[in-house]
Amino acid sequence: MTLLETPTPSREAAPRHRPGAGLAAGLVLLLGVLLVVCFFSITLGSRGVGVPTIWKAFTDFDPGSASETVIREMRVPRTLIGVLAGAALGLSGTILQGVTRNPLADPGIMGINAGAAAFIVFGIMILGVQGVIGYVWLAFAGAGTATVVVYGVASFGREGATPVKLALAGAAVTAVLSSLTSAIVMTNVDALNELRFWQVGSLAGRYMPVLWQTAPFILVGLVIAMLTGRALNGLALGEDLALALGQRLRLTRFVMFATVAVLCGAATAACGPIVFVGLVVPHLARFICGPDYRWILPYALVLTPIVLLVADIVGRVAVSPGELQVGVVLGVFGAPAFIALVRYRNLAEL
Amino acid sequence: MIDVVVADRRTRRTRAGAVTGALALVAFALFILTMMVGSYYVPAWDVITSVFHLRNDPSADFIVRDLRLPMATAGLAVGFALGVSGLLFQKLLGNPLASPDFVGISSGASMFAVSAIILFGAGSTMISASALAGALISAILIYLLAWRDGISGYRFILIGIGLSEFMLSIIGYIVAHAELYEARQAMTWLVGTIGQAGSTELRTLLVALVVLVPAALVLQRPLRVLELGDDTATALGARVELSRLALIAVSIVLIGFATAVAGPIMFVALIAGPIAHRIVGHSGGGIVAAGLVGSIIVLGADLVAHHLVPVALPTGVITGIIGAPYLIWLLATVNREGRGG
Repeated sequence: MTLLETPTPSREAAPRHRPGAGLAAGLVLLLGVLLVVCFFSITLGSRGVGVPTIWKAFTDFDPGSASETVIREMRVPRTLIGVLAGAALGLSGTILQGVTRNPLADPGIMGINAGAAAFIVFGIMILGVQGVIGYVWLAFAGAGTATVVVYGVASFGREGATPVKLALAGAAVTAVLSSLTSAIVMTNVDALNELRFWQVGSLAGRYMPVLWQTAPFILVGLVIAMLTGRALNGLALGEDLALALGQRLRLTRFVMFATVAVLCGAATAACGPIVFVGLVVPHLARFICGPDYRWILPYALVLTPIVLLVADIVGRVAVSPGELQVGVVLGVFGAPAFIALVRYRNLAEL
Repeated sequence: MIDVVVADRRTRRTRAGAVTGALALVAFALFILTMMVGSYYVPAWDVITSVFHLRNDPSADFIVRDLRLPMATAGLAVGFALGVSGLLFQKLLGNPLASPDFVGISSGASMFAVSAIILFGAGSTMISASALAGALISAILIYLLAWRDGISGYRFILIGIGLSEFMLSIIGYIVAHAELYEARQAMTWLVGTIGQAGSTELRTLLVALVVLVPAALVLQRPLRVLELGDDTATALGARVELSRLALIAVSIVLIGFATAVAGPIMFVALIAGPIAHRIVGHSGGGIVAAGLVGSIIVLGADLVAHHLVPVALPTGVITGIIGAPYLIWLLATVNREGRGG
């Protein structure tokens, strides 16, 4: 929490110039941490496996071996989904905070995840959509709709989309959607059974097919997101300056919101709605890198998967042999971080 | 000049009184209507004579007094409590969108109630008690966490939303790990429907209303000073924190009891206040009017949920569907006037 108490430099203050080499080294270090976390994510669990088994599972696969099957079919895909979804949520949080210039913009708080979740449920119940590819498109539609509604509604008025308005609009849209979702679920016990697991944002139970269906969208989204650094830096200077610098504001904003919708939609389709991680990690990245989005984006890209995988591992190890869903772990640990942000930061910054 | 002002104030007061009276009539009509319809139709006059013990007719008495009266009373009382509680919150936090169902109090109540249902297999009295405890605990938590040289409505709302997400993720976990039957019971409770609780809880809510609504009316004067903003209110000599604390307490106890009786029925607390304000106009605190509007919404939604849709649904689903478009409209208009925060 001490990290969050220190205010990051505001726009008026002279930006801290960090040597690029130091930041690059930090990034490499974090990549190393990510690899270590991935390794633990593959080895830890109700069935412990060693390095030789992992090696053998990919070089000389024996379908009869339970451990090797677990690794190939479950642990590795699960870890990859965690990495991709984490990166997607981290970058979409960063972009949302940059483009709305709002420190509390988060796909969870803004109701984007809830939108994706609700559309998936509607699709399953009403349209009879089945299969992950269907879920992905529904999640995109839901994430897109929620983004437009929440941001549109919140940005009426003189001051534009302030943190409180965005949070209230997000909470309200979430409430509307969840009440409609329950109306559908109440009449169908099987659907309730499906939904209650999906809603807590679990990485369990959705592996290879999910990975293949969502990975292309996430990868494209990530590439576009990584290219938005300069534009975000421009927006951080204010609309007038960004215009003067030759940015096409409408187009930039549209591309960014579309990217956020794709990333959130795909991540939600893969893991269910996960809150807080997209909010807190960009702040951490900003604390490390200073205000330059060209550095914040790669740091968020690496940090968020670390946080997500650690939460997943904690959930698996804490209540072994059962498991605590990653959405629950992040909800429980993210809320104090969020509250600390609200308490200790001057929310008008950014 | 003074004559004009006095006359103007008098007309506004008359109008407020007339409108509140009309709202009371509508609420009463819906109350009676709720007891008329069902698998066996009872004419309005029979309902009235039976409820007020004007005549003895064993069969009508059984249907009306034993079967339908508790439900109708619950609708009336829950709606009233939600309306008053929502209005107080909106005024205290200075934001028409800040109702207790969004700032974490209902979700605290839900978390405790769901835990009681699933982890302890509790009966209805236990569930209600837990809901009340949850509402109080989460309200105190939000208040303490938002405290920094006083309470800003802004921080209160944001921290409430954060706490709400926290509670929701725990609810998700508990529901995901429950047996299907209990999960279904918990989901039904979470949507909110009148008539979930027994007569004890209902009686407690009624007592709370009888005591707390007059208290809120008395506390209305400092409340109106608070609307001018904390600084002005302090300058005018209002003991800001004390009055605010008392009113928040009233409001939380009301929403706690209402949630204990009916579960977290969404949107009623949010929309009752603004609707009452619009109908009554600017005079008066509108506490009674907001309560009556709340009762009308809940009774109306319950009639729709039980009799107009093909499958009987929980009341909360209907209030959610009515509330959604209104909420979007409210957000848009409120923000256009720059009052959204």
